[in-house]
Amino acid sequence: MSTTTGAPASGAFRVCPTTGLKVHRDADALIKANAVVATVALLVGGLAAILVLLTRWQAVHLLDEVWFYRVLTIHGMNMLIFFILFFEMAVLYFASAVLLNSRVAAPRVGWVAFALMVLGAGMVEWTMFAGKADVLFTSYVPLRAHPLFYLGVILFAVGALVVVSIFFATLVVAKNERTYEGSVPLVTFGAITAAIIAVITLVHGAAIYIPTFLWSLDLMPMDAEVYRMVWWGLGHSSQQINVAAMVAIWYLLGALTVGAVVVNEKISRTAFVLYILFISMASAHHLLVDPGFGPAWKIVNTSYFMYMAVLASMLHGFTVPAGVELGMRLRGFTQGVFGWLRRAPWGDPGFSALVLSVVVFGFVGGITGVTFGTEQINIIAHNTLRIPGHFHATVVSGTAMAFMGITYYVIPLIFRKRVAFYGMARWQPYVFAVGMLIFSMAMTFAGTFGVPRRHWDITFTNAPFDVAYSPAVDLMIGVMAVGGLLAALGGGMYILVTVWSVFFGKPLGEDCTDAALAGSVPPGVYARPFLELPEEDVAVEVHGRLGTMPGTMVLVLVFLAAFVLYYFANWKLLSFVWRVG
Amino acid sequence: MYTTGITPQKGVWWKPAHKSEKVWFTIAFAWCMVLFAMMPFWHLRGGQNPSGTRSRVDPAAYRTRVQEFVQQYQVATDNGIPVVAPPAGSDIYLQGQMWMWLPVLQLEEGSEYTLHLSSVDVNHGFNLYPFNINFQVVPGYDYALRVTPTEAGDFRVVCNEFCGVLHHTMVGRIIVRERGSSAVAALLGSDVDKGGDR
Repeated sequence: MSTTTGAPASGAFRVCPTTGLKVHRDADALIKANAVVATVALLVGGLAAILVLLTRWQAVHLLDEVWFYRVLTIHGMNMLIFFILFFEMAVLYFASAVLLNSRVAAPRVGWVAFALMVLGAGMVEWTMFAGKADVLFTSYVPLRAHPLFYLGVILFAVGALVVVSIFFATLVVAKNERTYEGSVPLVTFGAITAAIIAVITLVHGAAIYIPTFLWSLDLMPMDAEVYRMVWWGLGHSSQQINVAAMVAIWYLLGALTVGAVVVNEKISRTAFVLYILFISMASAHHLLVDPGFGPAWKIVNTSYFMYMAVLASMLHGFTVPAGVELGMRLRGFTQGVFGWLRRAPWGDPGFSALVLSVVVFGFVGGITGVTFGTEQINIIAHNTLRIPGHFHATVVSGTAMAFMGITYYVIPLIFRKRVAFYGMARWQPYVFAVGMLIFSMAMTFAGTFGVPRRHWDITFTNAPFDVAYSPAVDLMIGVMAVGGLLAALGGGMYILVTVWSVFFGKPLGEDCTDAALAGSVPPGVYARPFLELPEEDVAVEVHGRLGTMPGTMVLVLVFLAAFVLYYFANWKLLSFVWRVG
Repeated sequence: MYTTGITPQKGVWWKPAHKSEKVWFTIAFAWCMVLFAMMPFWHLRGGQNPSGTRSRVDPAAYRTRVQEFVQQYQVATDNGIPVVAPPAGSDIYLQGQMWMWLPVLQLEEGSEYTLHLSSVDVNHGFNLYPFNINFQVVPGYDYALRVTPTEAGDFRVVCNEFCGVLHHTMVGRIIVRERGSSAVAALLGSDVDKGGDR
């Protein structure tokens, strides 16, 4: 392996089984197990998504009201908790043991934690499917589920907390055994960020689900507002684990697909630290029009203390594309402002997933999130379809898209299989991202008319008073359904490719030449651009005021313009409603 | 020398940022300060704030208070739900319960009221149709908001927090009569007692 720079831990990127490098069997097995269960949860959650979609699409209105709310609960728990967290457990093993070329600390404990998580998830699934937990994802008390629902979540959270502890222990082992030199790589630093936020999140989870479990057994009282506050310490913070993990994967995908460089380690790492310090305050986003809190509390918390976590995301939103741009320029793609982007590997599903994840997360998810999370603007957004419109753009188009992209590299690098139906895999990110983009934008627009989220029948057939939404709402819901079905198709393609590759796929084989692998794995796997970096600093052309990364500068300025426009348009919209205060 | 995000960093990585990064950091930081300043600014100058007066209330006590309010100002019944026409400027009450809003409120355009929102069972969501004004209605808490209906019309209160299996049938009504018109005239003009067919 010809390495010209500080070598990324080479064990991670062993392509052939015959290279004779240390095999991290424990890490491999734990990553596989967690990834497989994550995919099962994705399948269950995805089927639930289709049923929910076909019910909210009033022209079809598939499920009855009982099953609608039940399947909506199943969708939320499987997607936001089980799929995401099992996948993140795999990411933690990868970012510690594999990236640092180390053994896993306490692998047996890792299996116990895995079993605990599967058991907890199984208990939750059973209560939901048996109709004993029709309380939706948030399970706001005093809505009451079967005690096993709460106990299942507790067991799952304890298991996850143990895995996070193993992650930290593995970092210590790697340091002590000198498996790498210097400071951990940025991707691991990002995973550490995610792990620290995970601890904060899971502690909130324990703080709310243990009392709620006792409450469900009639052993103690619960306050509805206190529940909402502490629960969102879990509910929102868990999405911030996703953000940190997703950004770490952005850097990882950049490195693997085009050899993206880190423009400045200080800036990127500081931005991660800002996440740790401030991002957990965001549970306030859900409490802005609640009676339990005053304006000062709301302003300080919803803004992550003066938008420091938003600043962090805006920094990553610059440094990730800037790293791709600079990496490409250093490799000779220097033509014009956007030459590097035109000549990027758009057919590599890892690269297209990276770009689509960054763009949709930022432009749709990020902008709507900050805007709706503004104390007063939340009055015209809370509990409408604008909210799921926002978070499908973040957690699905952003996080899930990034996770899908990295999977196309995990299949050859960890599972040592070729990617089945590789031609389909190349299309998958586009189908999924375009579908989700249409879905989340149409949903957000429908929400602008006040259409409620989590609602079985917005024609209000059996209500005492009629409510007739604008025909534009019907149109938007129809568009949403089309986008959603397209995204479901993309999700189905992903599951087919991954399951087939892992269980029935062709092994990579002994022949690891480009010719042998081309067309069956993403090109970054054999081209390995991350290993070929310029020895010396190359003088990079300066494009006037746009500097050395002009393409990225143009893109972020377009982003800022969209942000400013949407933000102030919402203040204008707010000013039209009744005076209230 | 540049490295990728998967390369361990030897030595000191705390190095001066690129000029482009400094420029973007400055722009982003300034924008964050604008975002932050807008919220206090709107408290001072804007007409829509979710502050209100917030207090704890026992659900049973709230139910009693709403009953008194209905007895005091009831003028009609609509779909079996009492219609109340409280005087301009008074404290008015709305009770969320599975699965109805109680009572129907009749208000006067341009007058300020103190609207109390609470629930006697689970969480509910106050959504004013077609204006898209939303507040969380939490059992045990009285959310008292000063509201001024800025135009006359026939409005709906849609519950937008999941509250059980018949959540989607939970729709209430607020009638805003034109300034100076009498309560009775407004009632005749708004189809009360006809099942809400407008």
